[in-house]
Amino acid sequence: MTTGILLQIAQTLLAILVAPLLLGWTNQCRAWLQGRSAPPITQPYRVMRKLFHKDAVIAHTASPLFRFAPYMVFACMALAAGIVPMIANDLPFSPAADAIALVGVFALARVFLALAAMDIGTSFGTLGARREMMVSFLAEPALLMVFFTASLISQSTQLPHIVDTLAHRQFAIYPSLAFAGVAFWMVSVAENARIPVDNPTTHLELTMIHEAMILEYSARHLALIEWAVAIKLFTYSALGIALFLPWGIAPTGNYGALPLALLALAVKMAGGGFVLAFMETISAKMRLFRVPEFLGTAFLLAVLGMLIHFLLEV
Amino acid sequence: MATTYPLQIVNLLAAILLLISFAMLSQRRVVGLVTLFAWQGAALASSTAIIAWSTGQHHLYYSAGLTLLLKVIAMPWFFYRLVRKLDINRDVEPMLNNTATMLIGIALVIFAFNLALPISQMAGTVTRSTLGVAMACVLLAFLMMITRTKALPQVIGFLAMENGLFFAATSATYGMPLVVELGVALDVLVGVFVLGIFFFQIRETFDSLDLKHMEKLREK
Repeated sequence: MTTGILLQIAQTLLAILVAPLLLGWTNQCRAWLQGRSAPPITQPYRVMRKLFHKDAVIAHTASPLFRFAPYMVFACMALAAGIVPMIANDLPFSPAADAIALVGVFALARVFLALAAMDIGTSFGTLGARREMMVSFLAEPALLMVFFTASLISQSTQLPHIVDTLAHRQFAIYPSLAFAGVAFWMVSVAENARIPVDNPTTHLELTMIHEAMILEYSARHLALIEWAVAIKLFTYSALGIALFLPWGIAPTGNYGALPLALLALAVKMAGGGFVLAFMETISAKMRLFRVPEFLGTAFLLAVLGMLIHFLLEV
Repeated sequence: MATTYPLQIVNLLAAILLLISFAMLSQRRVVGLVTLFAWQGAALASSTAIIAWSTGQHHLYYSAGLTLLLKVIAMPWFFYRLVRKLDINRDVEPMLNNTATMLIGIALVIFAFNLALPISQMAGTVTRSTLGVAMACVLLAFLMMITRTKALPQVIGFLAMENGLFFAATSATYGMPLVVELGVALDVLVGVFVLGIFFFQIRETFDSLDLKHMEKLREK
């Protein structure tokens, strides 16, 4: 139990500290693929250090909610990072929240960010908050359906249990998991504000979604939000790995497998970051009004996966 | 869970067939529709060939070859030519919007799966669980014919329905007798060519391939 708690703390800290590295790696890959000279992989850390050293500027109209929201968002993401099995399955913390509660934790962070964006009363903040809510209310059911498919296969909504079942079955082709995997990819692109749904590096206000919400933030608040964004991307990647490529995650009680699990995680994350950068390079940002169609397709795929599981795999 | 790998691949192909059916429902361009139809034929042919190989039903090889020849090569080629000649690669305007069509499609799939459950329990084949997918494909093709107003998408919907029926026959009883299959294939081929000639006639008479114009009788 004590080792479990130590492992839990170590994993959460690892996720929080390493998360900006994944963001840096993805940006680097993207720059290479687009023929630009890449920023160093540690660029997100440098940006955050710069922001932490600055003085915060806060609008006169801002209420305490505006100051509080970045901490809330960061805490939610740190909590989510603690629930998802990344290197080990033995997480004493994870029975506290299953896959469905995880969706709720992400939603809580989003609600606070949207409220903070509306709080100061600028038109861009409100616009961004509304767009974010539109995207997320379409993405959330699809994400839940993906979780339901995995839960039906493993008969549990607890993430460690799902990972355990999926990693230690005999090899079989699951069409339902393939569908769910594609749906999960589409949802995570939308939720992490990546191309084709949103452009994380945009400076054009009319197309912004996520960036429009955090326009008014500066210094340490902005740094916390950027950090939370990095952790969110890391957690989503870990979630995708846990559901669809769970091989290598150390099972309960097997601490000798930890170095291998770390290595496997690093390799999978690097691969995932490269694929994300590649997909962002080959696709163009879609019009905002095409986003519901995109997410509708994700929902359709997830539901089809679930139905196919009932028909073909029971 | 299915036990053998050939069977798992057949299940995967069944899932792909269902996915292609949905893609056809949402596809707006005629050329894209023809391409999807060709892919559906390819999935069908390969699943039939795998069933033939794993169960030792040799006549299924012939029907797989026939499917490949007719539905993957001949008909798509003919349709591509038709699209070019008639110049109809505009957006097909469906009667319902995409999201509503998809939701109805999901409802149809659930209906088909429930419908197929008792039937597939009676069938004695190893591939019986894919019967529900086959029925869903038939119903989705029906839905596609209902929601489209242009002539060519309706014909493709009809052929997709034939694909679904063929898949149902393969999964429930290892296919129909070869004579019947040859007859159906010939019928479909002739039907497509006759419809191709009809397209020109329809367009000459009504200046459009929109079948809405054909709802009223008119006298000359």
